Amino acid sequence: MMSVRYVQRTAHKVIECNNTRKFSSLVDCGNFGFGKYLMRAFSSNGYSDPALHVESLRGLLSDGGKVITDITAIGAYNLDWMRQYKGSSEVLIQPRSTYEVSKILEYCNLNRLPIVPQSGNTGLVGGSIPISNEIILSMAKLDDVISFDSTNGILTCESGCILQDLDEYLSQYLYMMPYDIGAKGSCMIGGNVSTNAGGQHFYRFGSMHANILGMEVVLADGTVLDLLNRNRKDNTGYDLKHLFIGAEGTLGVITKINISCPRRPRAQNVALLGCDNYDAVQNILLLAKEELGEILSAFELMDQTVLNAVGRNIDIPVKFRDGQSFPFTILVETQGSNHEHDSRKIEELLEKGMESGDIVDGVLAQDRKQIGHMWEIRESCNPTMGSIGYTYKYDVSIPISDFHDIVLRMKDRLSHHSNIIVTSWGHVIDGNLHLNVTTPNVREKESDILGLIEPFIFETVVQRGGSISAEHGLGQSKNNYLKLMKDDASVSIMRKLKTEFDPNNILNPGKFLPAL
Amino acid sequence: STSHNDDTNKTIRNTNNNGHTDDKNKKQPSLVRMRVLVPVKRVIDYAVKVRINKSARSGAGHVELNNVKMSMNPFCEIAVEEAVRLKDKKIAEEIVAVSVGPAACKDVLRTALAMGADRAVHVSTPEDLRTDYDLQPMSVAGFLYEVALKEEPDLVLMGKQAIDGDFGQTTGMLAGMLEWPQVTFAAKIDVHDDKSCTVERETDAGTETLHIPKLPAVISCDLRLNEPRYATLPNIMKAKKKKIDVIDVDSEGTSIRMDPMIEMVEIYEPESRKGGIMVDNVDELIEKLKNEAKVI
Repeated sequence: MMSVRYVQRTAHKVIECNNTRKFSSLVDCGNFGFGKYLMRAFSSNGYSDPALHVESLRGLLSDGGKVITDITAIGAYNLDWMRQYKGSSEVLIQPRSTYEVSKILEYCNLNRLPIVPQSGNTGLVGGSIPISNEIILSMAKLDDVISFDSTNGILTCESGCILQDLDEYLSQYLYMMPYDIGAKGSCMIGGNVSTNAGGQHFYRFGSMHANILGMEVVLADGTVLDLLNRNRKDNTGYDLKHLFIGAEGTLGVITKINISCPRRPRAQNVALLGCDNYDAVQNILLLAKEELGEILSAFELMDQTVLNAVGRNIDIPVKFRDGQSFPFTILVETQGSNHEHDSRKIEELLEKGMESGDIVDGVLAQDRKQIGHMWEIRESCNPTMGSIGYTYKYDVSIPISDFHDIVLRMKDRLSHHSNIIVTSWGHVIDGNLHLNVTTPNVREKESDILGLIEPFIFETVVQRGGSISAEHGLGQSKNNYLKLMKDDASVSIMRKLKTEFDPNNILNPGKFLPAL
Repeated sequence: STSHNDDTNKTIRNTNNNGHTDDKNKKQPSLVRMRVLVPVKRVIDYAVKVRINKSARSGAGHVELNNVKMSMNPFCEIAVEEAVRLKDKKIAEEIVAVSVGPAACKDVLRTALAMGADRAVHVSTPEDLRTDYDLQPMSVAGFLYEVALKEEPDLVLMGKQAIDGDFGQTTGMLAGMLEWPQVTFAAKIDVHDDKSCTVERETDAGTETLHIPKLPAVISCDLRLNEPRYATLPNIMKAKKKKIDVIDVDSEGTSIRMDPMIEMVEIYEPESRKGGIMVDNVDELIEKLKNEAKVI
């Protein structure tokens, strides 16, 4: 059994947990329990009430930014996309320039006002929703594309630009964004960078750390840090930008980004493949890497349960039998510069896969409409389950060979409950599984169900050497589990960094790092 | 592979929707055994955002096709799907796809084969003739006429227009050359045992039903006719073995005139929409509607 040390602030007691069951009950603060705890913490920590500073904040906005206090208008910003986290912010600020962001942070630092930086509000761990009445700093109006160097493929833009808009902007120059996620119509690049978003092209183009060349960040005291390097290679000093990538707004507020973009492919192929056992999936993955080589750009997995649900709204062109989807459906994508070359390669893969019997059936898209439809199926998995009922979401990294086993074990643990659906999908090529548990028609979290899932899922993942949060981050959902993944020495250094960058803890307090 | 919800076929007395004979209802196999010719065109992919190269063609401009995704014309896809459904019902025995254009046309012929066509004919024209501007309906109809004379189909099913040229003339010209009846904008096609054919066609005012007393005929297909199927892997594999006959216009020569009869004078993008503005109150709205938009 894992030994965890969890410190509860109010009682100044150190509770040693040798039993992880006890650990989970301590950690399960729920949305409002923790919030109430923090509201006491906020005031007892010396935070000021944002509502008292509205006029002063308004006075700082000289470039057209707005301070909004109308509760109805703020409502959408106080609620996350999955409707699982509800904040009680009374002050929303929407700056229009880096200068305004700097002035706001400077003021808030001096007056001890807690801030939640918010980008597109599409996060899945409550990282951009206030826990209590923190000020919401919406980056949505910093939405200028500043420049694009079409020779080098370097895009410079403000952090409030929407991912899909950026991709469309780049398409006229025959370039594209190096990452793609389902939330592209709403998510903004600042939030993507702050959460180190992964997505479906991670295998092909790498992570944010690989593609972000530089950024402009405003620190907690209002200092504007110019890290806007435009060089592919720059080995001069500690590479500070990497600290902010994935820091979830706890070390600084990103205002501008330089990102390296790849060329748009001339040839794109997408196929949906049906397998009837998990070994076949692993075989096809290896075969795809071998046959497709450098043109392989995405390899996604969807299980039978989720596609049966998606199939109620969207037509799925690959069916198993009796109208059911295949036990495992793979979406494989290629991107390359030569249509004939790519078609030959993917047909080779499909032929070999069918010969071996690993692919039972499948379809290959013949035009962009069909390509779009196939990706729509994959991107509908998350919203579909979310629409059915409350969804307990787990985004984990585990060995690819363990995917199926973990899903079966979770189904087994929950088998006594009649109103539960367990679904799985994910970026199998990256070893990233999205495991979801949904209670149809029930829209609230139920602690008995939660107790069966957590900490079991995290323990299992950690035992297998995986990660409890592959790409979604920690936010307020998983921050208290950080110690399962990182040792005391690491967490200690993280806390020191946080204190160095944000001594008054005004940036996204209560998130990312475990509560003290 | 997918099953299609097929409701187009109530008048065929002898086959049920899956084309299988059903002993319970004592249906006999269809007496019709047709060859269907399906012309297909390779065009810019319907989902692509079209860009104009203003300086091309001595200033007349043209749609930029360099590095742009090309696919089968959506209406041609619908025509292929309809032909394959006729084959599923055992009304059609053989489907021949044909395309007129340069070497790259083979792509759409392969798609047609993967959807279920049995073989294909490629009328190969010179590379420098763009199939959206230079190779125009009169020429294309001429080539299709020659192929039709050779293949002797009972039915020509084709798209109502191509989304690049948007001419919409090839159907009529081909029917005229063949002296066959034509029905355009088909939304529903029923072929009967006596080789007559009932077609519902879409008009601005509604649907009209026409009857072709005896095939052969030329029918052009509209959007509502069907939802084209995906190319399944088994069919893609089978398609690789299917024949594509090439008629090389350059080397074999032709009497069909290939030069365009209509000159494309200018092509330009529509004016981009100006962004909207927020007004602060109703009075300001009324003032702007009156004085700026001039609509009241």
